[in-house]
Amino acid sequence: MASLAFHAPETIDQAVALLAANPAARPLSGGTDLIVQMRSGRIAPAAVVDLKRIAALTGTRRHGLGFAIGAATPCTALKRDRALAAAWPGVVEAANLIGSVQVRNRATMAGNLCNASPAADSVPALIAAGATCLIAGPQGEREVPVEAIPLAPGRTSLAPGEFVVEIRLPPRGQGGDAYLRSIPRTEMDIAVVGAGANLVLDGEGTCTAARIAVGAVAPTAILVPEAGAALVGTRLDEPALAAMAEAVRAACRPIDDKRGTAEYRTAMAEVLARRVVAIARQRAGENA
Amino acid sequence: MNKLVIAATVNGDPVEFLTDPGGSLLDALREELLLTGTKEGCGSGDCGACTVILDGEMVCSCLVFAAEAQGRQIATIEGVAEGGRLHPIQRKFLDHAALQCGFCTPGFIVAARSLLDRNPDPSESEVRYWLAGNLCRCTGYDKIVRAVLDAAAELRQERRVEGELAA
Ligand SMILES: Cc1cc2nc3c(=O)[nH]c(=O)nc-3n(C[C@H](O)[C@H](O)[C@H](O)COP(=O)(O)OP(=O)(O)OC[C@H]3O[C@@H](n4cnc5c(N)ncnc54)[C@H](O)[C@@H]3O)c2cc1C
Ligand code: FES
Ligand code: FES
Repeated sequence: MASLAFHAPETIDQAVALLAANPAARPLSGGTDLIVQMRSGRIAPAAVVDLKRIAALTGTRRHGLGFAIGAATPCTALKRDRALAAAWPGVVEAANLIGSVQVRNRATMAGNLCNASPAADSVPALIAAGATCLIAGPQGEREVPVEAIPLAPGRTSLAPGEFVVEIRLPPRGQGGDAYLRSIPRTEMDIAVVGAGANLVLDGEGTCTAARIAVGAVAPTAILVPEAGAALVGTRLDEPALAAMAEAVRAACRPIDDKRGTAEYRTAMAEVLARRVVAIARQRAGENA
Repeated sequence: MNKLVIAATVNGDPVEFLTDPGGSLLDALREELLLTGTKEGCGSGDCGACTVILDGEMVCSCLVFAAEAQGRQIATIEGVAEGGRLHPIQRKFLDHAALQCGFCTPGFIVAARSLLDRNPDPSESEVRYWLAGNLCRCTGYDKIVRAVLDAAAELRQERRVEGELAA
């Protein structure tokens, strides 16, 4: 850290310029991954660019009929936006499973996503929700689906100088979302498996759209399109749920580690996928 | 190495201190401002011994760059007692023997105060979840939880009396 520089720009353009000027510079949101990794010597950036002083990056707001969440908004602030928490409870709950209150008062969903851990809790929920990222960079702005950001553990598709400006959630529509994770403790642990679901149901209870995503069972959190497709057109009866769970199982490519064996993770991914679909369905009913 | 000069407010007082660009707020509080009540347990966000209030929200000061504190409000354990008068949470920690080695205590007290400031009547499980980021290797937590619930009850009583006096 001998020659570390600390910057706290106040505009997106200044942040782009600072990051583009130095390939060894890193954006800083809550620092709950970045500072830990710097302390442990895993990374040694030449500069840190704190995004929290950029007004456009903090807070939540309506974006059309959906929502925009500034990339530097801490997870606990999401709960204070009642409309957001009512429309996307799965996303807000997932972000608020991260760490402790102290950690969540700093940690952001953008940091969770860009740290690119396969076990990041908010990511399957965001993918299931169909969230997108607005990215700023030397080439201007672009918008990509959340699932396009992580490439492998610790690696993202962001080009040098690029960073996430905001996370956008689509209009809720008539449906519900949910996220659950499996951990050996009740708090302060990393997901062994995580699953997110987002359903849209018509007035008769027939599923018209479904997105299922799982975490910690592959090098990145993944969308399982076949799992969603197994539910569409059904009334979420047992054969449809079984086909959905089977598609989840088929998509899992987990590792064995101290947190769980590959076999356990795969079995739990099915269990959690069924549970999140049940919660999302109930929420969809309440929203109908 | 070029040091940064940071101006912030700590426990209501304006302060200025020097920090390395990569230095933590925890180190600045302890080594520059000599506020050694805030402890370093793990340095990685896991134990909560370094808990302080940053612009009204509790955070692990080991995971905050000191440079981020520029222009911000910080409250530490040193600001919890009023002069020589212990805060009810501090008194209840003594009454309930909610500490042994005491290393975790400043973090628990700052965190508990942050809870009771916003929720004067938490349930036991709300207290346990709120304090999940604070580790104690001595007490087994029960006494800490009881001390916090008892302090909450006393604070509610105090507020009632103040309310009646004001009425
Ligand atoms: C005690 C503890 C417990 C934890 N528990 C959990 C848990 O239960 N579940 C979980 O998922 N995670 C957990 N984490 C990890 C961490 O808190 C989360 O991943 C958090 O969401 C990271 O967000 P941040 O804002 O702090 O990111 P930072 O640390 O600021 O950044 C993380 C990475 O993303 C980059 N980055 C940050 N913002 C942007 C941006 N806007 N655009 C592009 N790149 C960016 C940084 O350069 C860095 O590489 C825990 C961490 C700690 C310390
Ligand atoms: S020292 Fe900061 S959390 Fe342990
Ligand atoms: S009293 Fe020793 S760690 Fe809590």
